[in-house]
Amino acid sequence: MTTVDEKGYYGEFGGAFVPEMLYANVEELRSRYLDIIYEPAFQREFQHLLREYAGRPTPLYLAKRLSAHYGFTIYLKREDLLHTGAHKVNNTIGQILVARRLGKTRIIAETGAGQHGVATATVCALMGMPCVVYMGEVDMARQAPNVARMRMLGAEVRPALSGSRTLKDATNEAIRDWINNPHDTHYIIGSVVGPHPFPDMVARFQSVISEEMKGQLEDHTGRAHPDAIIACVGGGSNAAGAFYHYLDDERVRLIAVEAAGKGIHSGHSAATSILGTKGIIHGSRTLLMQTPDGQITEPYSISAGLDYPGIGPLHAQLIGSGRATAIPVTDEEAMQAAFFLARTEGIIPALETAHAFAALDRAGIAPGQTAVVNLSGRGDKDLAAYMEEMGALKIL
Amino acid sequence: MKINRLSTILASGKKNLLSIYFTAGYPALEDTAEIALALAEAGADFIELGMPYSDPLADGTTIQDSSQQAIANGMTMDLLFRQVEDIRRRTDIPLVWMGYLNPVMQYGEERFLQRCAATGIDGLIIPDLPLHEYEANFQPLARQYGLLFNFLITPQTPEPRIREIERLSEGFIYMVSSAAVTGAQAGISAEQIGYFERIGAMGLRRPRLIGFGISDKDTFLTACRYADGAIIGSAFIRALSKGSTPAAAAKSFVETVVS
Repeated sequence: MTTVDEKGYYGEFGGAFVPEMLYANVEELRSRYLDIIYEPAFQREFQHLLREYAGRPTPLYLAKRLSAHYGFTIYLKREDLLHTGAHKVNNTIGQILVARRLGKTRIIAETGAGQHGVATATVCALMGMPCVVYMGEVDMARQAPNVARMRMLGAEVRPALSGSRTLKDATNEAIRDWINNPHDTHYIIGSVVGPHPFPDMVARFQSVISEEMKGQLEDHTGRAHPDAIIACVGGGSNAAGAFYHYLDDERVRLIAVEAAGKGIHSGHSAATSILGTKGIIHGSRTLLMQTPDGQITEPYSISAGLDYPGIGPLHAQLIGSGRATAIPVTDEEAMQAAFFLARTEGIIPALETAHAFAALDRAGIAPGQTAVVNLSGRGDKDLAAYMEEMGALKIL
Repeated sequence: MKINRLSTILASGKKNLLSIYFTAGYPALEDTAEIALALAEAGADFIELGMPYSDPLADGTTIQDSSQQAIANGMTMDLLFRQVEDIRRRTDIPLVWMGYLNPVMQYGEERFLQRCAATGIDGLIIPDLPLHEYEANFQPLARQYGLLFNFLITPQTPEPRIREIERLSEGFIYMVSSAAVTGAQAGISAEQIGYFERIGAMGLRRPRLIGFGISDKDTFLTACRYADGAIIGSAFIRALSKGSTPAAAAKSFVETVVS
């Protein structure tokens, strides 16, 4: 149920709805990805880079003050401490090693908040490969520090000028680049979205999060599973990684936190599981925000990484079947949660991650239970938004 | 079963078939029928009517922009069907509906195909419809409603898959001329000609039309040397602004190509 079938479906979601121009590349990847990533030499290189370069394993930290505030035990999985500042690098290391084994010499990527773009530019620099990152023009403005980081790392950042000029449009542009460059280019997609095998491949690379979590929880608590795992979901890669090894463990509640923007029914939201209906986006059948006529609508969130009108097919299936619970969180609630975390535990989270923390008081976790929040990224890139908030609050 | 206009022209043995693609509802909402009539009058052999889509992955900037404008103008699936009815009252030119799968899914597959047949559509091109989805969910209905599906091949499509596409295609085979989105390039290279000859030598049972990068009389005639015809899209859409009306621009564009 929770693993992908031979044709790339999670139940009714997933698949590969791609035009013929993409077929050969997607099929090459589909027919080879599992053999490549489970080859011992690949695993040695991948694990080595995760440990020595990215800084794994990341700590599972008992947040005592936060726990005392909420009345249950809260652990934080510290993906924010990884190299480049978020979980994204787990996937980009894996995919660039796949790209090399496929004989590809050029890398493209899309990015929303810029974290995936930075993580891709980083591994391209590491491997000496040219890198083009597509980023919505709107996102380039609100995530300027990450644009600068990508450029310093040697990547070319190309603005996506179509549509809402955010993550959806950057993804369209990256796909078009791949159509135009089918021989030498690998597309490192940044989330559990896109045509099969991307959602499954990205989930496997991110599954190191829950793999470590199991052993760490066992060490800390004597029990390898928590009562709940909370993660924010745009496309859903950090949530997929945090849920992965517990997908079939019904004792663990899986909580996917979505960006409600200015309010679910405000017309400015990205709460896909509530506002979305079944359809196709970026080559995958899933839930997406669209008009009754099937035109994809523009999402909104203060957080560039959650500002996406779809959701990975795995999450559509988990939420649709009731295995996972979706909780919407507004911009304002996320902002408050970021400040609360900063002042309670001394950790400034990414705005995306802050959404997960805002769900702590409404996730239905009982006193005495144990929850893990996947602290997917740090907040340096969001300082401009935080400074604006502090200005409004007259803290600055 | 009634005669399909597309299959009639494909079976006619006519060479140098000219198909024109344009985005319905562009430049203005009500231009669709006038442009279609002008194309028929000027000598196009059939028309690909593009249903605009918000996220056209296989298309370059020209068709992206025309699609965005058409959607902003208010184009919808239902309105396009009404426009097709209007075209059908005035001409018998074969009409191929071209668009992405998501709007079709939202309309409902069977309802969509039923409306296509009822309004006078003859064929369909849905670039992101996987072959196995077509075979399982569309082919029986398409046969029931007398509609011809047409599939794309590219220079990267392996031979066994081309045979599979030949087996499933009931209209023509759409040869994408190079690895590119629509409207991306000008001219035809030696490498492309090698690909056209390779496909020509396969002796496919279905007619072949070459599209992507066909922009004028010169590229049209070159493509026709290696196939049964060719398709012009982006260059035609760009030309629509170069006349007193879009219909007048359409007519003079086609006359230049077929003269």
